[in-house]
This record gives sequence, structure tokens and C-alpha cells, in this order.
Amino acid sequence: MDIQVDMVQDSIGQLCPMPIAFLAKNMKKMEGGQVLEIQADDEGARADIPAWCEQTGNEFLGEEPVEGYVRYFVRKKVG
Amino acid sequence: MAEDNNRATIVVFSGDMDKVFAAFIIATGCAAAGMETTLFFTFWGLNAIKKGEPIKAKGFLGKMMGIMNRGGINRLNPSRFSFGGIGRVLFSKMMRDKNVASVEELRQTLIDLDAHLLACKMSMDVLEITRDDLIPEVENIVGVATFVKEAANSKLQLFI
Repeated sequence: MDIQVDMVQDSIGQLCPMPIAFLAKNMKKMEGGQVLEIQADDEGARADIPAWCEQTGNEFLGEEPVEGYVRYFVRKKVG
Repeated sequence: MAEDNNRATIVVFSGDMDKVFAAFIIATGCAAAGMETTLFFTFWGLNAIKKGEPIKAKGFLGKMMGIMNRGGINRLNPSRFSFGGIGRVLFSKMMRDKNVASVEELRQTLIDLDAHLLACKMSMDVLEITRDDLIPEVENIVGVATFVKEAANSKLQLFI
């Protein structure tokens, strides 16, 4: 996926709720419009990351499965 | 900061490790979603926010209770298969092997995500627990009216 990423979160090996907890923490550090890539191998994250985005108003840009894990892309909402 | 109604209020009544675990995971999800999240610890749930040292109770019954119900986040037993403390060790090992965060790590995550930890005054009095017996991150010692005010303004309320 051709997306400009501003920060990468390594959640490989983590289980619920840690990928989401770190996602929330990392987004606080970022500016509106910036993109966070979350790398996770927990199957629950596949439903949870888009659900978190819907709940918080941040934009889920998509996912890209690679060998051993999935890359998820989230753009922080502006304002 | 959080818009009105974007609140979650969870009563942690149980001191069972598995139930506290469930409460903390839900609370983490709420706090991560930007909800103003409040946990009320009452009765056995107070064990999850005790320092884990023997409490400084004055009365005989309070002292006895303090020994038998010592608490501390790493002393919580599961609600089933407790086996007099062995269950706790087995569950902790199984969870560590699966790389699941411990209840202590989850509690720290909640603190990092600005969740509010409140303790129930009345049950502290009954069990002879003082402010000094609780971890310093506990924000306030409160009564039922505070709970009602928070819960009435919350989208999500749970009693665990």
C-alpha cells in the first residue's frame, strides 16, 4: 500500500487490549492528518482497529497483510 | 474535555482476578476510545487498588480481615480453580505464556490513559482500609452520590 506513514507501532505479539491501548497513546502524540501504521498479528485487531476508528472519528485507511502480520493504517482526525 | 455523555463508569465490586481482568480490559477499551472513564472500587474490588502490604487496621476484626483479605493487585485469586492460591500462579503463567498483559500492567495502562480510580468510603470503613493502604494513583475517596452523578452521565455503566 502506497501510504506516507508518520509513525510505526509494533504490536506484533500483543493481545487485546494492548494494540488499541498503544494506538490511543500514540495518536495523542501525533498531529491531525498524520498517519500511524500499526503492525499486529492478533486476529482481534482486524475488527478492533476499524471499530476504534469509527468510535473516535479517526480515519481507517486500510490494511495490508504481509508475511506473519498485518499492517493497518490510521489517519488522525484534524482538530 | 470529553464531550458530555462520552463517559464510561464501571463498578469493580469483585476482587476476583478474572473479573477484575475483564473490568480492566473493558475500561482500557473505553479510555482508549477517548471516553472519560471512571472505575469505582468497592468491597472486594478494593483489593485491586490496595498496595498489598498488611493494612494498618486498629480493631481486632479489621486486623484479621487485613490478614485474610490482604489484597494487592498481584494477590487476586481467580473466581474458579483458585486451589488456595495455586490457581493464581497457574493463571498468571498461562496468561504470560500467551503474552496477555497482567492485571497490574492493565491497571498501569488505565492510569496512563487518564482513567479515574475512585474508592468507596463506606466499604473502606467497614474493612478498616485507610487512604494510606491504597496506591497513590487513587484519585479520590467517594460515596454513592458521586457514583450516581457519574453513572447518570455515562453511556456505558457496568457492575463487575
